[in-house]
Amino acid sequence: MSTALAIAADIRSGARRAADVLDDFLGRIETHDGDVHAFNTVTAEQARAAAAAIDALVDEGRDPGPLAGVPVAFKDNLCTRGVATTCSSRMLEGWQPPYDATVVQAMTAAGAVMIGKTNLDEFAMGSSTEHSAFGPTRNPYDLGRVPGGSSGGSAAAVAAGFAPLALGSDTGGSIRQPASLCGIVGIKPTYGRVSRYGLVAFASSFDQIGPFATDVADAALALGVISGHDPADSTSIPAAVPDFAAALGRGVDGLRVGVVSEMTGSGRNRAANGGSPPGDAAGDVLDGIDADVTERVLEAADALADAGATVGRVSVPAVTYGLTAYYLIAPAEASSNLARYDGTRYGLRVDGADVEEMNRLTRRAGFGDEVKARIMLGTFALSAGYYDAYYGKAQRVRMLTRRDFDAAYADFDVLLSPTSPCVAFRFGERADPMTMYRCDTCTIPSNLSGDPAMSVPFGTGADDLPVGVQVMAPALGEETMLTVAAALERAAPPLPGPPLAGVAGSTGART
Amino acid sequence: MAASWEIVVGLEVHVELATDTKLFSAAPSRFGDEPNTNVTPVCLGLPGSLPVLNRRAVELAMAVGLALNCEIRPSVFHRKNYFYPDMPKDYQVSQYDQPICSDGWLDVPGGSRIGIERAHLEEDAGKTTHLGGADGRIHGAVGALVDYNRAGTPLLEIVSRPDIDSAAEASAYVEELRAILLALGASDARLEEGSMRVDANISVRPAGSGELRTRCEVKNLNSLRSLRNAIDYEARRHIDLYAAGDVPVQETRHWSEDGRTHSLRSKEEADDYRYFPEPDLVPLAPDDEWIAQVRAAMPELPASQRARLHECGAEAEDAQVIVGRGLAPVVLGAVDAGADAKRTVTHAVQNLALDGAELLDADRLASLVNLETSGQLTATQAKTVLVEMCARSVAALHAAPAEADFPSDSASAAARALDPAAIAAELGFEAMADHELEALVDQAIADSPEAWEKFCAGEAKVAGVFVGAVMKATRGQADGQAVTQLLAQRRDA
Repeated sequence: MSTALAIAADIRSGARRAADVLDDFLGRIETHDGDVHAFNTVTAEQARAAAAAIDALVDEGRDPGPLAGVPVAFKDNLCTRGVATTCSSRMLEGWQPPYDATVVQAMTAAGAVMIGKTNLDEFAMGSSTEHSAFGPTRNPYDLGRVPGGSSGGSAAAVAAGFAPLALGSDTGGSIRQPASLCGIVGIKPTYGRVSRYGLVAFASSFDQIGPFATDVADAALALGVISGHDPADSTSIPAAVPDFAAALGRGVDGLRVGVVSEMTGSGRNRAANGGSPPGDAAGDVLDGIDADVTERVLEAADALADAGATVGRVSVPAVTYGLTAYYLIAPAEASSNLARYDGTRYGLRVDGADVEEMNRLTRRAGFGDEVKARIMLGTFALSAGYYDAYYGKAQRVRMLTRRDFDAAYADFDVLLSPTSPCVAFRFGERADPMTMYRCDTCTIPSNLSGDPAMSVPFGTGADDLPVGVQVMAPALGEETMLTVAAALERAAPPLPGPPLAGVAGSTGART
Repeated sequence: MAASWEIVVGLEVHVELATDTKLFSAAPSRFGDEPNTNVTPVCLGLPGSLPVLNRRAVELAMAVGLALNCEIRPSVFHRKNYFYPDMPKDYQVSQYDQPICSDGWLDVPGGSRIGIERAHLEEDAGKTTHLGGADGRIHGAVGALVDYNRAGTPLLEIVSRPDIDSAAEASAYVEELRAILLALGASDARLEEGSMRVDANISVRPAGSGELRTRCEVKNLNSLRSLRNAIDYEARRHIDLYAAGDVPVQETRHWSEDGRTHSLRSKEEADDYRYFPEPDLVPLAPDDEWIAQVRAAMPELPASQRARLHECGAEAEDAQVIVGRGLAPVVLGAVDAGADAKRTVTHAVQNLALDGAELLDADRLASLVNLETSGQLTATQAKTVLVEMCARSVAALHAAPAEADFPSDSASAAARALDPAAIAAELGFEAMADHELEALVDQAIADSPEAWEKFCAGEAKVAGVFVGAVMKATRGQADGQAVTQLLAQRRDA
């Protein structure tokens, strides 16, 4: 399987035709997506037209851009003009936005070819893609297991070789956790680094769009394309976009890497034991992080130490409150963001005797149980008399989280932790909501702080399933984050690759 | 008993801000167009759309706040959550506990100072028309149509303190607020058309007690007369309730043209709007420099205009009329340019209740008044020229875009077209020489000897016979005052 960089280089040089590249990927989708179900919609016809246009540009001697002819899959909560954008919900089944999300425009302008829209937990609420109204996506590594979520379709698509790149959205870990479970790279950029315009909102103050790729270089390439200030998003940061590719080869010599104590239990890594851990307050430890996962993280830390980094342990005490705070703020915002699905203007309508009944029946029929549960939770958290105790207090935890991260970044350039507390789990295994919510225990803190974080494959855990290591950095610190991720990638043991016929291993397998 | 009650009123005034585009989108903020044409994904609350704050709306809000002596403060937009079909997102974005303007006052002409609690920005909703019910009302309707053209229009809600103690004062407060909004160009502030909407919080209390009793909020006040009548009605209702040993219920009431207020809704539970900070917008914190820029760009306010008009000799009432018509800058400008103050004020009050009057150029108005005071035009001719100047100003305004291609030619042509001396010449108005008028007066006397005898005997009203004759002879161009003077001269000679 070629990387996006290789494909774009071949197409720009004329060595390969975009139409042929597309056909290869469409063929793989045709063969395997019946099993995987990564896609809600495959836009083959449009993709062929787009690929032909790219080839025509090349024929005219013009440069189609850095992603020339690279097929890309978009999570089905990113608005695509004239192409169904469902959020994997009955509520928006068949709805065709009249506009493209800013990131879709950016990818297309860079030469990428949209190959389809990928499955997700309904309105991005979930960690397994089991909450899709259109049925779950299956993990290419083991079709009996979940790919993670909510961007499970995008992660599975890249892991299964259906597209070299995909975009997802990350509200509490929805890019990083499925990337981890599917053995690929996933980035949640700094909040505001990438425009949210055209991303169907789940929790506006957390939502952030980011790329999936088979390796760090591809992920950095896509990140560069979608980053930048957008006047259509008031929360977008007016900061220049660095040359992310340049960060990949810098090496970690002299970088200070902190292993987050709360997220790695009592395990001790060789390098960290040698140093004097600043601020290790031996605080609470997050529950439910599997030993195999922790082991890989500590090995990753050791690998960075071997590559010249200074590794130590660091405490970020507020992360132990992250899950609770997140499950008050995110549902609160969701309860408001999802109010507009009332049957009046677009999407599903179930008629009633009057407007109120129409609203009620539409929402009862259109939303799945998990979405309803979160709307109710959020409505309650914002209610008069409860606001201060729930939403208000959660916001204070959010400030505390930022403060604790700031303190950690005074001593360290990046932080290390597991991405997911476990490897890919079986369908139905985490049916209890609290068990499911704990999937995001290590990823949520970066959404609370707004800082960038990414998942990089680093070996396997139980049942030879991939494990991802999370690299976190301070706001707008994507370059350092990518430097460390690239070093981890170089040091990672090879991954076996998904057993789907013809899929070469990702990442480590090529090294 | 009745004499011992006093009325307590606080007003909430919503005004549509005169921006080109909506509060959070680039859609035109304009009325009268085909339904659902002035909309973007943001106005329709489409999934994935995001708001971007309109800078002009913020500046207008700041200008109003400064004119009302408010403090301009850092502010935060909140979401006010409730389901309604004309609310595209099923929440309204509005400033809540941190409004942009707070703690000011407005001096009502004639004396009292009314406190301003706050003025905050918010977005308007769309407009629902119910089908099948009588007069588009919800009762008996079989369906509804929603026009989202208005959705997202910027509103400024200006909330007074309960400092108003009579219907007349409430009316005067609204008039003065309207004059300020017009002077600032912040809104066209038309009550009848809904670009200015007034809700009144009304209660009564024993005179001198200083307490605040249960209030009722009265809506649907679309004229100053409705406002005054509703306050008087509602206060009376409260007084009667107290007299009967009862108490009013705090509620929203609807003013209807049958001259009464009606209970609008009787919800068992209070609305819970679940306000929380709008995460799609960042806090709005105008810095001192921006506030200073807005302040520097503010035009003269009505109170100052009235004071200067008064210095020009205008009576309080005339000054109010001039300010109310938005003519103060033109009138004061003409006077500054050397026009006779009394004549200018008289023209503004008597002859300028016209479209286009506010478009007049102060220097041209001054030229016109000078033509009159120097005797080159009679008062009647001056009025005719003035009316023509207004009509041409309106025409020029509408024609302006088409002329943009030929700036220099069209500019000089337009200038000629609006020049009072040129208009007077076009209309064939030339100052009548004194001897011509004298001849006409003598002719009129000669034609009606009996009337002349009566006039000389002291019947002053017979003068009308001669004035009329002279006017007829000159097709209305003669100066009536000059004729009257000549008649007196002839009689006394």
